[in-house]
Amino acid sequence: MQYLLLIYSDESLWESLPDDERQAIHREYGRLNSDLHAHGKLVAGDELQPVATATSVRLRNGDTIVSDGPFAETNEALGGYYLIEADSLDEAIEWAARIPSARGGTIEIRPTVDHSGDGS
Amino acid sequence: MQDAFAAALEHWPRSGAPANPGAWIVTTARNRAIDRIRREQTLARKTELLARLQEPAPPSPANEETGVPDERLELIFACCHPALAPEAQVALTLSLLGGLTTPEIARAFIVPEPTLAQRLVRAKRKIRDAGIPLRVPPDHLLPERLRSVLAVVYLVFNAGYGPPVRGELCAEAVRLAALLATLMPDEAEVHGLHALLLFQDARRNARVRDGVLVLLDEQDRTLWDGDEIAQGRLALERALALRTPGPYQLQAGIAAAHSEEASNWLRIALLYGRLAELAPSPVVELNRAVAVAMSAGPEAGLLLADRIEGLDDYYLLHSARADLLRRLGRDDEAAAAYERALELAPSDVERDFLRGRLSALGC
Repeated sequence: MQYLLLIYSDESLWESLPDDERQAIHREYGRLNSDLHAHGKLVAGDELQPVATATSVRLRNGDTIVSDGPFAETNEALGGYYLIEADSLDEAIEWAARIPSARGGTIEIRPTVDHSGDGS
Repeated sequence: MQDAFAAALEHWPRSGAPANPGAWIVTTARNRAIDRIRREQTLARKTELLARLQEPAPPSPANEETGVPDERLELIFACCHPALAPEAQVALTLSLLGGLTTPEIARAFIVPEPTLAQRLVRAKRKIRDAGIPLRVPPDHLLPERLRSVLAVVYLVFNAGYGPPVRGELCAEAVRLAALLATLMPDEAEVHGLHALLLFQDARRNARVRDGVLVLLDEQDRTLWDGDEIAQGRLALERALALRTPGPYQLQAGIAAAHSEEASNWLRIALLYGRLAELAPSPVVELNRAVAVAMSAGPEAGLLLADRIEGLDDYYLLHSARADLLRRLGRDDEAAAAYERALELAPSDVERDFLRGRLSALGC
């Protein structure tokens, strides 16, 4: 199964960290990335630009309504994601627990819907 | 007073939410082919088990006789998976592994039947769609997951132990604990929980008389179920033989000490001391204070009770303090503590009991 691991964390907290701590976390992410890759689990993953760059789009009565900001304003913003291949929710939980931002923030795990068998 | 802590005991460890798995254990690298084969096998097994999830009937006892490897253990770990809401864990466990129908579970938990039915559907869907594994967790996850399973069974029991008593839930919890003990004979805490439930269930019919809670030392012992107490002792022996102490075993030891001719308060106080080390909580401290009061006198007990922090809104703390103060002849303070307990008591049965105590003071 594929799981999307959504990384929610407090951006201001990240910005307040001293350089050496940020670098340590970057190295931790690096190790996680190479482990995911080595185990053949990594489908995709990226860090996102800060939430200040977010744009929301809605279609209402045929009108496209574009607004500044994310879907929901919260202290913890979506800051990145991994799309991984895992055998079960338990395996996804174990990978999620290795994401450095799980310490201060929250990782939301969402299984994806497999459409590979559709429309044949 | 004894029942004050017996009741307090019943509410523990409801708050024992399992901690984060924490340590990641490096998975051994597997090549993709093996991985895929395993995934396919898992999927086939899962599909079969999920088909079973739809079956309304409880597992037939025939399984036990034919020796067909049964998947009930895997099922219960899935039902009690921490990714499911606690109330869903309980409902699912009762519906898939218990012998209760949806209307019966709804009645027992005072939930409208459609709400419960929806809760069950949603939980089954999450098991399937989120990929909650139908398996006995691997060793590095087992302690935490087993705690979650045992907590669900204990919660079912407590929901039935009342007051008001709902015997079918107690019986169901005892049955589930027995099933777990059969399926996981090497887990000391499983036997510990089984023993604890047997001891408590043995006293079920003596706990409430005419709708009023009856204290342990005032209970009619002829109403205690001697067979269940004997079974409890056997289960506790099996647990202790595994030499892995744990909170349920300690509580079972305490329950066993209560089931003797006269409660052995010195031993009970010591066991609560160990429990406070192993699973510290203010409720355990309260129980310990009461046991110390019974073995070493009300003054020593009150000293401990007054040191407890974080239970100001817990009626049993105040009712236990009230009893100790009464025994020390400090009637005015006792009355004030009974009044406070009365304000906080959760149901009429408890309130009636406290009113009885208060009027006996004659204040």
